[in-house]
Amino acid sequence: MEKHTIPVEAGLLLAGTLFMLGLLSVLIRRNIIFMLISVEIMLNAAGLAFIVAGARWAQADGQVMFVFILTMAAAEVSVGLALILQIYHQLKTLDSDAANKMKG
Amino acid sequence: MIELLWLIPALPFTGAFILITMGTRLSRTLVSIIGAGTVGVAALVTILIGLEFLSSGTPSFNQVVWNWVSVGGLSLPFAFHFDALSLVFLFVITFVGFLIHIYSTEFMHDDPGFSRFFAYLNLFVCSMLILVLADNLVLMYLGWEGVGLCSYLLIGFWYEDKKNGDAARKAFIVTRVGDTAMAIGLFMLFDAFGTLNIQDILTRAPELWSTGSQAVTAVALLLLGGAVGKSAQLPLQTWLPDAMAGPSPVSALIHAATMVTAGVYLIARTHVLFELAPVAQQCVGVVGAITLLLAGFSALTQTDLKRVLAYSTISQIGYMFLALGVGAWSAAIFHFMIHAFFKALLFLGAGAVILLLHHEHDMFKMGGLKNKLPVIYWTFLIGSASLAAVPFITAGFYSKDAILWLTFAGEKGNIWFFLAALLGAFITSIYTFRMVFVTFFGVEKTHVSHHAGTAMTIPLVILAVLSLFGGFIELPHTMGHVELFSEYLSPVLPAVSLHEGAEHSEWTIQLIAIGLSLTGIYIAYFFYVKKPELADQVKQSLEGMHHVWLNGWGFDSLYDAILVRPFVFLATINKADVVDRFYSMIVWVSEQFNRVFAKAQGGILRWYVMGIVVGAILIITLGLLL
Repeated sequence: MEKHTIPVEAGLLLAGTLFMLGLLSVLIRRNIIFMLISVEIMLNAAGLAFIVAGARWAQADGQVMFVFILTMAAAEVSVGLALILQIYHQLKTLDSDAANKMKG
Repeated sequence: MIELLWLIPALPFTGAFILITMGTRLSRTLVSIIGAGTVGVAALVTILIGLEFLSSGTPSFNQVVWNWVSVGGLSLPFAFHFDALSLVFLFVITFVGFLIHIYSTEFMHDDPGFSRFFAYLNLFVCSMLILVLADNLVLMYLGWEGVGLCSYLLIGFWYEDKKNGDAARKAFIVTRVGDTAMAIGLFMLFDAFGTLNIQDILTRAPELWSTGSQAVTAVALLLLGGAVGKSAQLPLQTWLPDAMAGPSPVSALIHAATMVTAGVYLIARTHVLFELAPVAQQCVGVVGAITLLLAGFSALTQTDLKRVLAYSTISQIGYMFLALGVGAWSAAIFHFMIHAFFKALLFLGAGAVILLLHHEHDMFKMGGLKNKLPVIYWTFLIGSASLAAVPFITAGFYSKDAILWLTFAGEKGNIWFFLAALLGAFITSIYTFRMVFVTFFGVEKTHVSHHAGTAMTIPLVILAVLSLFGGFIELPHTMGHVELFSEYLSPVLPAVSLHEGAEHSEWTIQLIAIGLSLTGIYIAYFFYVKKPELADQVKQSLEGMHHVWLNGWGFDSLYDAILVRPFVFLATINKADVVDRFYSMIVWVSEQFNRVFAKAQGGILRWYVMGIVVGAILIITLGLLL
């Protein structure tokens, strides 16, 4: 059977679109948890780009990078959630604008 | 021995340095030893050098300590020039200074600023020594400014009281006016000679300038301006009476014996220039004559014990200026030396009286101290007798008599100078003995708290001895004709030449002077011991004059009206300070920028993310375009 590869451009385009969506979402959302989710989307989009590139050059490096990114995302989420818990404990709200002590 | 000349100013300087840096951590005894000891050792060195100098016969000695400024054509070494004139001043400064330091150890004993006082006093002695030892005019100017600074610091010593600070500032500002005139004179001298070395200028001046030329007259008048400021003569005499706000040892050292005689030293040192400018020399005499009368009349009305002495100092320095003005150089220096002795004595005695009467300054609240404070009374009496020139037994008689005689008989003397000096002598004995009778005789109005210790009494006794016997080194022709002092000074200061046929009238002049002095004493006795009511009556009938004399002839009000008020008016107009606006504007612009940029630090998380995004877009765009 003939191999039906997806063109690299499409994959990268998908990764880029996902990244932009995540970025827009971070900018729009006020709820900290949603901002964290959006950051996750951005991270996964970057990971997708790595996979696509790895498949293009038929090397395992892309997969390796994706594992790195996954690990890093997990660590980051645990730290982030811990911080969010603290903010919620102090401010009793999940509104990111509330964490503003600057008189500025 | 004479190579140790540099030690004389270096010792007080070391003392001042140690006391300034560590004085507050040292005990009172140690501070006294350092403070008085350095000046004492300097006095000892002066005496040893003096003895060697007198026996050696060399006219002068120069010593370069280090090279201070050497730029362009101007070379100013930190160098000392020592000759007969310097030795007289050195002796007075260190010896009288030492006695005053000893007196101060007891006088200032309870004062919290004890070490600060001795630090300033030592610094003053060092500056004055540099002034008289300097071999170039700029080094002399350094000493000149140094003594002005120390005078400011010491007059305002008790600075917590505002009026002391005001008096200190007044002294500094008024003498500054004179200092500026002197600086301009120095500029002109440098312009003419290319050097500021005193001896060089004095030898080259007669070659460069003819007698009476405009340039030398201008320079001489400017130097006179400087001398007038420091020596509190007309028109810059207003600071000295107010300077009595300082402690009495300060008044004794600075405002009687040393700093105020710096002007006399300057004119005597540069006498060649004054001889080349007869108009300027005449001005010196006129200033001296007028000042001695003005101050004498003011002294007649004062009630504050120290103010009488202050006006008396102004008057006596007027005598010295008068002597310089008629060319009687060594007579002026002789009077300076004797005056230093008896005026320091009077100030120290006054200080003791004031201290023992709980800081009572008003003479008319004293009285009856003759028997309560015998040592102080007798020494004060001897000092007053010297000031009033009581005949034959006091040194003051010989020095003042020399000046009186020379204003009459000297070549440049004239009848007006002589009459002024005569009237001045008469007034001097009146106000002096008025002071003695009111303070020491009569009924005791303020109680004596305790007695003075030896540290205060011994200097008084030593100065009293000098006031009596210091005059015997220069006796007039009619009374033994001893000319030790003027012969000693003759290599430096020329002798004064006399009118034709003037010698015959010497006895007459002396008799007139003796008569006036004794009459003055009797008048003071009559008005203040026998019939005090008459004194009040006279005062009431001459109320207007009395008021004018009491306020120093209104000079303070005059200067206030023509100088201070306009200046304050102009300063008030510029209160918002036009020039400062420019710099405030710069600050204002920075503050506006700050306000704008501070808005970027909103603390809102999403703005920060937006910032990152915008920045990323910009960089990628730039990366793609370029």
